[in-house]
Amino acid sequence: MSRAWQTVTAPLVRENPVTLQILGICSALAVTTSLRTALVMCAALTVVLVASAGIVSLIRRHIPDAIRLIVMIVIVAALVIVADEVLAAFAYGVSKELSIFVGLIVTNCLVLGRAESFARHNPPGPAMLDALGNALGYSLVLVIVGTVRELFGYGTLLGLTILPTVEDGGWYRPLGLMQLAPAAFFIIGALVWAVRSAQPDQVETPEHRLEAAE
Amino acid sequence: MGDLFLDAIFADNLALSFFLGMCTYLAVSKQVSTAVGLGLAVIVVQGATVPLNALIWHGLLAPGAWAWAGLPDVDLSFLRIVAFIGVIAAFVQVLEMVLERHVPTLYRALGIFLPLITVNCAILGGSLFMVERRLDLTGSVVWGLGSGIGWALAICAFAAIRERLAYADMPKGLQGLGSAFIVTGLMSLGFSAFGGLTP
Repeated sequence: MSRAWQTVTAPLVRENPVTLQILGICSALAVTTSLRTALVMCAALTVVLVASAGIVSLIRRHIPDAIRLIVMIVIVAALVIVADEVLAAFAYGVSKELSIFVGLIVTNCLVLGRAESFARHNPPGPAMLDALGNALGYSLVLVIVGTVRELFGYGTLLGLTILPTVEDGGWYRPLGLMQLAPAAFFIIGALVWAVRSAQPDQVETPEHRLEAAE
Repeated sequence: MGDLFLDAIFADNLALSFFLGMCTYLAVSKQVSTAVGLGLAVIVVQGATVPLNALIWHGLLAPGAWAWAGLPDVDLSFLRIVAFIGVIAAFVQVLEMVLERHVPTLYRALGIFLPLITVNCAILGGSLFMVERRLDLTGSVVWGLGSGIGWALAICAFAAIRERLAYADMPKGLQGLGSAFIVTGLMSLGFSAFGGLTP
C-alpha cells in the first residue's frame, strides 16, 4: 500500500513532471488562460496517460524493441482521437477553445516519456499508478497556472467573479498581460524557482563558474 | 501570402506564442551551434510535411473529399492525427536515409536532430493549424516554411542568450530551467510586438 501511495504522490511535487523532468511543457503553457480549459485538458491528459500506460504495459513483452516508438505513438494517437472526439461531442465550446492542443497530446513528451521509461518495464498495476501520479503532478501545475492567469487576468475563477473588476463597478483592474503568452512563461519560471528553493537538491549546478577577481 | 509568411515567423511564432516544441526548445538550446542545426532540420521538415499533409487532408480526409468517387458523405477527418503523425515519422525516416546515402556531410550535421523532430509538437502543431486555418496548398507551403523559420529563429536567439546567461550570477533556484522560462517570456513579449507588422 505504502509503495503504491508513494508511486502516486512522488510526482506531485518532488518529481513533478513539469518542473523537474521538463516533460509536457507545451500544453501546460498553452491551455492555461482560464481554469476551465486547464481542468478539461488535465482530464483528457489523465485519461490518455493512464490508459496508454496500461496498454503499453500489458503488451510490453510483445513489442519488438526496434519499432517500439511507432507502436507507442499509434497507441497514444488512437486514445487521443477518442478523447478528442468525445470532447467535441459533449463539450463543444471547450473543445473549440482548446483548439489543436488536445490533438497535441500525441506528441506530449510526458505520455511517451512515461511509456518509454516506466510502463515498458513494469506490470500494468504499478505502470498505471505511476501514470496517474504523473498526470496529477502535471494537473497540479496546470491548475496553479490556470488559477493565477484567470484570477488576475479577468478577476474570475471558473467564470465566477472573485475580484469585481472596474468595468463592473468593482475595484479590481484586470492585468491584461496575464492573458498573453509571456505571463505563462513567467508564472512557470517563478513556480520552478519556488519548487527549487524548497527542494535545494534539485538546483542545477552551473556548467561554468567565474572565479572571484580578488 | 506575404502577410501569412510574416505572421508565421513573428506574430504567430510557434515557439513563443503557441508554446509548441517547448521540450526540444528548452533541451537543445545550451549552445548556438546545436541550436542552428536543429533549427535547420525543423525548417526542412516543417516546410515539407505541412504541404504533404495538406495534400493528404484535401485529397483524402477532409469532409467531402471522396465526392468524386460517389461518396460525398464520407468524413474521415477524425483520422487526421494518426495520418499526420504517420506522415511526419515516415518523412523523417526517409529523409534520414536519403541524407545518409547522398549527402553524408549534411547527415553528420543534422543526423542526431532528426529523430528528435518526430516528437516535436511544433511539427504536428503546424499541420494541425493548417487544417484549423483552412489553408490551401500554396498557403500551406508558405505557412510551413514561415513557421519553421520562426521556430528556428526563436531557438537560435534563445541559445545565444543562454550562452551568455551561463556566466550570470543569479539565485540558486533560478539557475537553468527557471531562468530559461523567464528569458523565453521576455522574448515572447518582444515577438508579440511584431504583431503590428502586418495590417
